[in-house]
Amino acid sequence: MKRKYKRLYFVAIGLVLLGLATGLILNALEENIVLFLSPSQVVETPPPSSKKFRLGGVVERGSIIKGENAQVEFRVSDGTTSILVIYKGILPDLFREKQGVVADGKMVDRIFQADEILAKHDENYMPPEVAETIKKMGQWKGQE
Amino acid sequence: MIIELGHVSLILALLVSIVQVALPLFSAFRPNISWIILAKPASLAQFLMVGFAFFSLTHAYVTSDFSVLNVVQNSHSAKPLVYRITGVWANHEGSMLLWVLILAAFGFVVSIFGNNLPTVLKARVLSIQAAIALGFYLFILFTSNPFIRVQPAPANGNGMNPLLQDPGVALHPPLLYLGYVGLSVAFSFAIAALIEGRVDAVWARWVRPWIIIAWMCLTIGIGLGSWWAYYELGWGGFWFWDPVENASFMPWLVGTALIHSNSVLEKRNALKAWTVLLAIVAFSFSLLGTFLVRSGVLTSVHAFAIDPERGIFILILLIFIVGGSLILFAFRANMLKSASLFQPISREGGLLLNNLLMATGATVVLVGTLYPLFIDAISFGEEKVSVGAPFFNAVFIPLMSPMVFAMSVGPFLAWKRGDIMHVFQVLSVAGIISIIVALGFWHWKLEEGPWGGVGIGLGVWLILGTLIELFERTKLFRVAFSEVVRRFFHLPRSSFGMTLGHLGLAFLIIGISGAGTWKVESIQTMAPGHSVTVSGYKFLFQGGTTGVRENYKFTQGRFIVTEHGKLISILKPEKRYYPVRATTTTEASIHTMLSGDLYAVIGEEKNDGAFVTRLYFNPLVVWIWIGVLTMAFGAIVSLTDRKYRIGVPTQRIFKRTHGSQVGAKEV
Repeated sequence: MKRKYKRLYFVAIGLVLLGLATGLILNALEENIVLFLSPSQVVETPPPSSKKFRLGGVVERGSIIKGENAQVEFRVSDGTTSILVIYKGILPDLFREKQGVVADGKMVDRIFQADEILAKHDENYMPPEVAETIKKMGQWKGQE
Repeated sequence: MIIELGHVSLILALLVSIVQVALPLFSAFRPNISWIILAKPASLAQFLMVGFAFFSLTHAYVTSDFSVLNVVQNSHSAKPLVYRITGVWANHEGSMLLWVLILAAFGFVVSIFGNNLPTVLKARVLSIQAAIALGFYLFILFTSNPFIRVQPAPANGNGMNPLLQDPGVALHPPLLYLGYVGLSVAFSFAIAALIEGRVDAVWARWVRPWIIIAWMCLTIGIGLGSWWAYYELGWGGFWFWDPVENASFMPWLVGTALIHSNSVLEKRNALKAWTVLLAIVAFSFSLLGTFLVRSGVLTSVHAFAIDPERGIFILILLIFIVGGSLILFAFRANMLKSASLFQPISREGGLLLNNLLMATGATVVLVGTLYPLFIDAISFGEEKVSVGAPFFNAVFIPLMSPMVFAMSVGPFLAWKRGDIMHVFQVLSVAGIISIIVALGFWHWKLEEGPWGGVGIGLGVWLILGTLIELFERTKLFRVAFSEVVRRFFHLPRSSFGMTLGHLGLAFLIIGISGAGTWKVESIQTMAPGHSVTVSGYKFLFQGGTTGVRENYKFTQGRFIVTEHGKLISILKPEKRYYPVRATTTTEASIHTMLSGDLYAVIGEEKNDGAFVTRLYFNPLVVWIWIGVLTMAFGAIVSLTDRKYRIGVPTQRIFKRTHGSQVGAKEV
């Protein structure tokens, strides 16, 4: 092979790889991207029940009900609307009333079935999306 | 008083770094040997000054000096001594101070161990190191100063996040930083090479140990972080594709590519521009990692500094360093013509394939990590998305699998021209065994799908390929055993490094395949005396007890785990309450076996003494960390290779390639 063609060979492999990666990325983004929604957004434009998303807001006061077999129910609110969430499992250590929360899951019959309640590491830390939701509620107490 | 001295000391380090940056640059225009040799004492001075600054902050932590704001915010007098010390870098300001301390230490070590470097190159490398340090000194002094006092001093501090009061996470940031900052040495060498317009095999050998040290620390640092997440977060997961995990993973991927392209440069004097570019990109990813962690722009469990001012400062630093070096690269890269081009089927061809795949992998991780930021920006904050594990698994794993396949083949190929048909002949038995293993596991766990089996098959393929390659080298079964032993001990250490590195990855793949696909989870409420069977292991719950230790209260559950009536282990998971921060942490209790981990967590207590419990069987998970340690050990073995000790960059090679500058060599 001539020098030029050998180089072309590697450039071609590189391009094929990049093309492959792009294809995989686009395909995976379409299927695996997770939208972050507040309770109001869920009520306004309900996502299809097959679609997973992240629900974020504040755990409504007095709404936590602990049922049988590690099942928990609570409402997530953004000040105007709230949505009932059902979850089975151990709640993160920082899960409390009136605290920001993010839940992964999907809507089934107007109830949010959560597969995961996201763990927070620190009481100072709040996902920016939740912080924004709370700011919109006018209940933000932290620093601006 | 000591804290003020520390503050002054850091400012002095800043001044020294300005001198260290400027003099070698000026001397490039007006050669002046006394300016150039100043770089060595300057890097010592920087190291001592930053060292003292770090000591003074540590002193404030150890003595619980609550007139220092940083100590107030992150420490408490009731905290055990070891966590008062590790608390120095468990917060933003302190960790940045650790960053510059490690940077200064690397500069110092380059200045003493780099005696075989030409003086001018060494001065330039140290000058670029100092330029990076300068940026970070400014960052610390202007946005993240840990030496600020409070008046009046409070009686006690706020304490430290209990999750971070743990030996694993205490070592995780220093190791990660050693890796991040270690890559700065490769970066400085790359920039110095671009300035001089010259890269060759000798250069490759000079930077190689630094790349390997950085890569080793990064490997252990990432492994420790994942291990900590595994036992501390109580989810039984080991990798979350969290943006900050990705931030440490990208430099690792590029660093791995760099190790491989560097050996092509060393052996074949090819891939010059590419290697230099990788060195720049690897450190750029380290900086990007620091930016992502410190700016809080991404939703991440790690984002503990949500402060736009800091983010903007690091962003400017990032643009300056990365942009500047890429522009320099664009102007100078054409001077780095490779001496030879090569056949696709050859050792160097295989190494280049590794590079292409690693670079593609790093790009994928970068796209996935920054995509939410991008969407947020183009929708003006209206649309929020997150890109999580399903995305990365769907893209990263299919891209990397062919590389693992190729990793068994590559080492068999000779430099310049390899014979791939011969390799396939040698590896045919290994291939058949791997396919049988894959099908066996698939059949055994039929309902879980084929992927676990495929992963383990790939891991076995890589183990067999790597071992057969070692046997080939020692001519096992073909010559007398004593000759095999002799050959074994005369193999270059760097080739053992390769063997161990590849074996480590194989173990890692097996661990990920097992734990990622066959994890068994059981969540329930258990009263004392109840038992649950998970994956053949019977967990008998004996109830919970409470107590008080050092700086927390705890509730401890007790499980007796048996298999077919035989006692396997007693697990005692805890729930801990730290009054200083009013926070609770979950301590999983884990029994590790080579076949898998038994993992128990307890949740809150119900009124009748029953607890919510979460029990797991995590198959093969320990192989992940065995793999990480094997890789790191490979790096250590590789570093002991005699080629680094005998000071290979000899005068002879040096004269031939560097002509006129011989006179400037260290005297």
